[in-house]
Amino acid sequence: MLGWELPPHNSGGLGVACYHMSKALALQGATIDFVLPYTATHPGVDFMRVHNATSLRPEERIHMGSYDSAGVFERDLLETDSGDLRTMRAVQRHYVDYVESLVSSDITPDVIHAHDWLTMEAGVRAKELTGAPLVVHVHATEFDRSGEHYGNPIVHEIEQQALMMADRIIAVSNITKAIIVERYGIPADAVEVVHNAIDIDSFGQYDYDQRDYRYIEVLKREGYTVVATVTRFTIQKGLTHLVRAAARACEKYDKFVFLLAGDGEQRDELIALAAELGIADKVYFTGFVRGKQWRDVYSVADVFVMSSVSEPFGLTALEAAHHESALIISKQSGVGEVLRHTFKFDYWDTEVLANQLVSIALSPSLATTLRRNVSQEYAKLSWHDVAVKCMDIYKNIRQGAEL
Amino acid sequence: MSCNIVLYLHVHQPYRIKPYSVFTIGHDHEYFNQVDDSDINNEKVFHRVADKSYRPMNQLLEKLLAEHPDFSLSLSITGDFIEQAERWAPDVLDSFKRLVQTGRVEIVGETYYHSLAFFYSQSEFEAQVSLHREKIQELFGVTPTAFRNTELAYNDALAKWADGAGYKAILAEGWDPVLEWRSPNYVYRPAEAQNVRLLMKNYRLSDDIAFRFSNQGWSQYPLTADKYVDWAEAAMDDAPLLNLFMDYETFGEHQWEDTGIFSFFETFVGAWLAKGNGFSAVTAAATGNEPAGEISVPGTITWADSERDLSAWLGNDMQHEAAKYLYALESDVLRSGDEQLINDWRYLQSSDLLYYLSTKWSGDGDVHTYFSPYESPYDAFLYYMNVIRDVRWRVMQHHKLGGIDSA
Repeated sequence: MLGWELPPHNSGGLGVACYHMSKALALQGATIDFVLPYTATHPGVDFMRVHNATSLRPEERIHMGSYDSAGVFERDLLETDSGDLRTMRAVQRHYVDYVESLVSSDITPDVIHAHDWLTMEAGVRAKELTGAPLVVHVHATEFDRSGEHYGNPIVHEIEQQALMMADRIIAVSNITKAIIVERYGIPADAVEVVHNAIDIDSFGQYDYDQRDYRYIEVLKREGYTVVATVTRFTIQKGLTHLVRAAARACEKYDKFVFLLAGDGEQRDELIALAAELGIADKVYFTGFVRGKQWRDVYSVADVFVMSSVSEPFGLTALEAAHHESALIISKQSGVGEVLRHTFKFDYWDTEVLANQLVSIALSPSLATTLRRNVSQEYAKLSWHDVAVKCMDIYKNIRQGAEL
Repeated sequence: MSCNIVLYLHVHQPYRIKPYSVFTIGHDHEYFNQVDDSDINNEKVFHRVADKSYRPMNQLLEKLLAEHPDFSLSLSITGDFIEQAERWAPDVLDSFKRLVQTGRVEIVGETYYHSLAFFYSQSEFEAQVSLHREKIQELFGVTPTAFRNTELAYNDALAKWADGAGYKAILAEGWDPVLEWRSPNYVYRPAEAQNVRLLMKNYRLSDDIAFRFSNQGWSQYPLTADKYVDWAEAAMDDAPLLNLFMDYETFGEHQWEDTGIFSFFETFVGAWLAKGNGFSAVTAAATGNEPAGEISVPGTITWADSERDLSAWLGNDMQHEAAKYLYALESDVLRSGDEQLINDWRYLQSSDLLYYLSTKWSGDGDVHTYFSPYESPYDAFLYYMNVIRDVRWRVMQHHKLGGIDSA
């Protein structure tokens, strides 16, 4: 298994998905060697062997997170100076070297399972060296990461080559599958959709004490509707559309609080936009949140909005469902394929989103129905089912290879 | 005709708010107590400026007043400054008292909290002017007869108010579009005013000291006392006054001691007087000269940035939003009767806190960056908004009412 991050050193959903998927696969009897580009301890990871491809500490990967593809300039890894580990490509070069030596000496994989463009080159190289089948798991493409822009052409090319070399491709949603088919020209029958799931147990027991969002709780008691999102503030997440819809909704009904939890390059733009639209007062920026402050966002929220321009899956929507928020999800978000009891809108359609926000705020019964139904839906999704599907895929390609 | 320099220095330190997050609202009502090495730490900044500017400059002013019976100047000292000096450097306050006791240092009236309240609430503005007057009377035993609004923000309505309040002089920027063909070196009569007289800053000669003095890229660098005396005499021509208005902190803080600012000033004062010229405090200058004409300023002018308008403080949406929400709390805060809450709300009115939200990035933006202790105007805005929310929280505790829509 070739990954880029695991909790608690993750910058987003990729690490969470890899963790739960691996754990569930181990329970299915898989023996997993998981390669990471940094060195750290991962409490609770005792179900697989974790390999550290470099001696970097997790925090040294700043600007080399799972979502940073803009700083990639060299196409050919062999030409990349790997002397220092200060660029994404240098770290990837080390990662490939490490995987090469791993499959040449230590281990002989039955299947190579590579997650996203970050590890795709290593996956292709491991396949060349061992002849083992390659499964490329697509959590996001460069098109998704770049929102309404084109993205980095080098990254597109890396993705293109690996998708063509793969024996099987797993997409986290039909939306992602469509991108792989349409934009990378891959035959549809080479791509299997396996939706992500949520591990409820990982939330553990915790009591929401209303402390961190004390002021917002008071506003709730005064009749305010709290609309929240938890995300990276990047163009992919469509937050400018959300803020515009917020302003539009406030024209119709003004007892709203908008809680934007997270941080990212778009933060200043969003702050200025809220001020420009005259709703700075209603928009709360928490900065980057972890732990209790992160969980409590879901607890304080009445409505959770996922406004992504392009979201292959969208784990946070499941987390919000678990905390009994009503959900509004952009039609461009894959998680909507498994959650039917939600409002949907085109990410750019601020008019529709504004109407949905107002209707939930004005109708307690609508809000309650949405909440109750979605919380039954999400509970049916399990990592166990994901692992079973992956095991089937492994079996099928190996049989296919033997024929 | 006597040639008098009207030197007026503005003394102020704001209460900068600490990085105040969403999670702090409703828990921590101390907004100004940052303790670290940054320039958000008010106590640290005050000690630094006291050492670099207030102490050496007051010492020099005392010396010059003792040596030269014809030397005089005017000061405006904000309530925010006085409170911080009382707390952290009482000796600095004592040295200001000694200056005033010479009878040749005039104290100019203004808003206690260095606010732009005049543009939001007449009653709050007048309350702050009264509070300042009382504080000045209590400390220095004098009552201001001249007025300057925060940031030298001035328009006809302000002049009319000052006239009605009995002031003899009022200060403004000598901005060319307002003066047109006229010189700032005369006394003027504000439109719509009966008695109050207008003194306008000669910004060219003021800024030669305040902004350009240590600029090595300036063609006139280095500025010597002799050169400046020549310029001043040439600028005055046959006019009676030269109005040099600037921040007090020019001496030692904006221009450090090693630029030679103190010795320049000392030499200049001596050289100017030696040539038979004089100095005048603002009220004496205004009443001792007949108005040369009438000046009308319908729109507001200030002493900042190349626009000389309010855009440094109220130029972008964040600044307008912040000020709107703050002033919307006026009646709820005041009727709470909670002295600490009222004070905190008033500290938040300091124009500096709005200045930190400016997003001008041109030449003026450099000045903004120099004066801002925050990482960016966006950070400053988030802290400010969260503090306003906490003020609302405290208001709610008093009145048992809620809502974020007091605007």
